[in-house]
Amino acid sequence: MTPLPPIARTVLPFAGAASLIIAWQYLLPLAGVPAYIVPTPTAVMAVLARDAALLTGHFWPTAVEAGAGFLIGNLAAILLAVVFVHSRVLQAAYFPVVLFFNTIPILALSPIIILIFGLGMTPKIVIAAVICFFPTLINMIRGLDSAGPSEHELFRMLSASRWEVFWRLRLPRSLPLLFSSLRISSATAVIGAIVGEWIGSDKGLGALIIQATFNYQSDRLYAAIVLSSLLAIAIFAVVVAAERLLVREP
Amino acid sequence: MQPAVRAVGLDVGYPTAGEPVTVITGLDLVVEAGSFLSILGPSGCGKSTLLRVVADLLPPLAGTVEVLGATAAAVRSRRDVAFVFQDSTLLPWRTVRQNVCLPLQVGRSRLTRAISDRSEALLDLMGLSGFGERYPNQLSGGQRQRVAIARALMGEPKLLLMDEPFGALDEITRDRLNDELLNLWRRTGTTILFVTHSIAEAAYLGERVLVLAANPGRILLDRDLKPIKQPQNRCTREDPALVAAMAELRAALAEAS
Repeated sequence: MTPLPPIARTVLPFAGAASLIIAWQYLLPLAGVPAYIVPTPTAVMAVLARDAALLTGHFWPTAVEAGAGFLIGNLAAILLAVVFVHSRVLQAAYFPVVLFFNTIPILALSPIIILIFGLGMTPKIVIAAVICFFPTLINMIRGLDSAGPSEHELFRMLSASRWEVFWRLRLPRSLPLLFSSLRISSATAVIGAIVGEWIGSDKGLGALIIQATFNYQSDRLYAAIVLSSLLAIAIFAVVVAAERLLVREP
Repeated sequence: MQPAVRAVGLDVGYPTAGEPVTVITGLDLVVEAGSFLSILGPSGCGKSTLLRVVADLLPPLAGTVEVLGATAAAVRSRRDVAFVFQDSTLLPWRTVRQNVCLPLQVGRSRLTRAISDRSEALLDLMGLSGFGERYPNQLSGGQRQRVAIARALMGEPKLLLMDEPFGALDEITRDRLNDELLNLWRRTGTTILFVTHSIAEAAYLGERVLVLAANPGRILLDRDLKPIKQPQNRCTREDPALVAAMAELRAALAEAS
């Protein structure tokens, strides 16, 4: 297949999205799908405009929880990975335990976290952090260990200190894997915050989703979904910008 | 004059999960300072392992090795020895210039900023002027090895250890880099230990060729080529004396296996 011209590659994603939105707007009502199940895009847009104050009131708590969870979970994972690659003993002792915790479904763990931390923002931040933690830990360990034997020999020939090997070799080597994990966490952090809000909260997009569902306010439900997705996209955009800045490979 | 390398009763091997595996036993070797020694042998004869012991990347299993009149560890930590690996080992996130300057940024006895201008001269010397801002994945295999050599020369080493540096290159590029390496050696007076499994390369480059055998690793033939390569290790690849020497090396290798 010949590659598409650049203009087509820029325009086509928008055309694709637009075609689906138009189909949703006009074909679904024609097919007899009632508005209380699937409201039209224009109805959702109208709610976004009409209920802007209410929606932003619920948006910010979720944004803060997802953002803080993202930062704390990934930072903890990076630091633990650094400890693990520098101490084979600690890694052998605790990595299997960490892997075991990873098998507990987050939905099963969430009520316990809420029992421990109560009903405020903290349990939501913890759930978002936990959900970000494991993939980043595993990717970061692999990334920090991904320098080849001759690269380590090169640094040994230069009498590099452990710190220099970490800073000039292990860390830059790990960045591509770290960022692929961060890109995934940008969406999972939002999932973690919303799951936390489902279980016990009257604030946040998760709480709004539950309320709107029980009240058959499907246009408001869809508006909350759109905002959740925008939140994940915003975190994703920050990650991509940071990657452009830090990973200098053409 | 102090020899560049003096090994007495040297056993070398590489570590494994259990006991280390010995590949060469009882090696006695003196390498004259300023000379160009080729080390030729089949896979598994321990030629790379020997180079790593001289570099202090591996400890000797028995015997002693003296480098530039001191211990291998002392020489490595004062940066008098440099290593060129089979794969160029360039850091992909650094430009060519940043890779060449790595020795200025790392290590206890790091070089001072005052001589950082050397990077420009070294890039010129290796035919890389204008490539300083490129990244390694924008270079050919031969260019990458040139960068690796420039980086090794950054610290003005007295001893240059090369582990099959041109092994992955096509023959035309390899021949050209062989000539460049000889020019470099004549200009700098650095002692070079050059490991290869190419008979032609070993004979063309070395003033002296050591043929190693495998299982057990030992010196099979120690051939001085100086008499047929005068002056200053010069000869053509078609020189009948060189061709005869290559036949001799080939026969020694055939006998070993």
